[in-house]
Amino acid sequence: MRVAILDYGSGNLRSAEKAFERAAREHDIRADIRVTDDPEIVRVSDRVVLPGVGAFADCKRGLERVPGLREALMETVEQKGRPFLGICVGMQLMADFGREYEVAEGFGWISGDVVRLEPSDPDLKIPHMGWNTLRVLSDHALLKGIETGDGGLHAYFVHSYHLGAKNRGDVVAEADYGGPVTAIVAHENRAGTQFHPEKSQKLGLALIGNFLEWAP
Amino acid sequence: MLKARVIPCLDVKDGRVVKGVQFVDLIDAGDPVEAALAYDAAGADELCFLDITASHEDRGILLDAVTRTAEHCFMPLTVGGGVRTVEDIRVLLRAGADKVSINTAAVKDRAFVKAAAEKYGDQCIVVAIDAKRVSADGEPLRWEIFTHGGRQSTGIDVLEFAEEVVSLGAGEILLTSMDRDGTKAGYDIALTRAVADSVHVPVIASGGVGDLDHLVAGIRDGGATAVLAASIFHFGQHTIREAKEYMAEAGIPMRLDP
Repeated sequence: MRVAILDYGSGNLRSAEKAFERAAREHDIRADIRVTDDPEIVRVSDRVVLPGVGAFADCKRGLERVPGLREALMETVEQKGRPFLGICVGMQLMADFGREYEVAEGFGWISGDVVRLEPSDPDLKIPHMGWNTLRVLSDHALLKGIETGDGGLHAYFVHSYHLGAKNRGDVVAEADYGGPVTAIVAHENRAGTQFHPEKSQKLGLALIGNFLEWAP
Repeated sequence: MLKARVIPCLDVKDGRVVKGVQFVDLIDAGDPVEAALAYDAAGADELCFLDITASHEDRGILLDAVTRTAEHCFMPLTVGGGVRTVEDIRVLLRAGADKVSINTAAVKDRAFVKAAAEKYGDQCIVVAIDAKRVSADGEPLRWEIFTHGGRQSTGIDVLEFAEEVVSLGAGEILLTSMDRDGTKAGYDIALTRAVADSVHVPVIASGGVGDLDHLVAGIRDGGATAVLAASIFHFGQHTIREAKEYMAEAGIPMRLDP
């Protein structure tokens, strides 16, 4: 299996690469994990991963700066239907619009906008930074075998904005931070996590393994 | 629910952990990667490397340690010490740091904080503040920023500075009491509370931990969302797990994943 982790200058992808390699090993999957900005490699990959840190519009611009990369991503995910995983801002890019500093268009895969977190408790700090549990709204292959809920495993979050999904059916899991925070979205062959699975130890490695096995 | 974080901090000099980590039998107690792996396995919520290498030219060794750590530990890593330019940040993030902490450079040049946050996002810019109380007994409490390991006064008010760097894009404050650092007398709770109340970003309490009650106080009384400690963990006085269970028993929400 060929897995492309898109490198468009948004942060370090070494730990993401290593986490995918380890998850593949633990799930007994033979995977060729490539960190790449080469549209041709993206086109022939079986899974596409889009990481992202920083601001929404910056990430969008970064992605578009690499000639042909966005087109290759769209072709692979929209036309060929290959499984897609967006991470953090990579997940937010799946929305219609981002509203961080400036309004920027997303991929329009998950209906809704990326908006600033507004916890009901004013004492809660922004960014939402650290380990939180997940509340599952609809079961999904990505969560297979993962203990969730208050007593379940934790995921590592660091963000000030989240995807306010219009269709509740697209939200797989939420975290609670002075109100619901969108943690996992999925629609057809496309999924995304607001938290960082590559930094989320046990839960993260299990989720990545599930993504590699996912047959949407 | 979001959990409070326990962050062990390793001082790294010329690519080696100073004093070493002695709570487990490591083949090489001075190897930052081995120490990081041990803390990863022990349930640390994040890890912090503080580079105290004297010369800027020897950074390569630190970067190698960061790279190897990021390859093996699937947990967040903050690296600080001697970060002076946007290029320093780029290189550290590229090596595998998730967050970079800026100390003296932020004091010297506030615009640097803004440039760093705009380039890499608030979420990875930590401003480290070394604070010392300057008010006399009986006066209203006041703290100033000190540099050079607490020796040099800057005359800058800690609360004003904290608010300013947050407005410029600092995503987190690592707050060290220079009065308490190394004393084992506990965090400066009044300082921690004052800063936590004046900024909207997470505050990490640091400096002075001697026992587990100090960790509890840092969160409960100080209003920090994370506690940083070094020696109580390195020398095996307490394990990370013990610390977290103790904090949980005191009513603080903690991550106790198996």
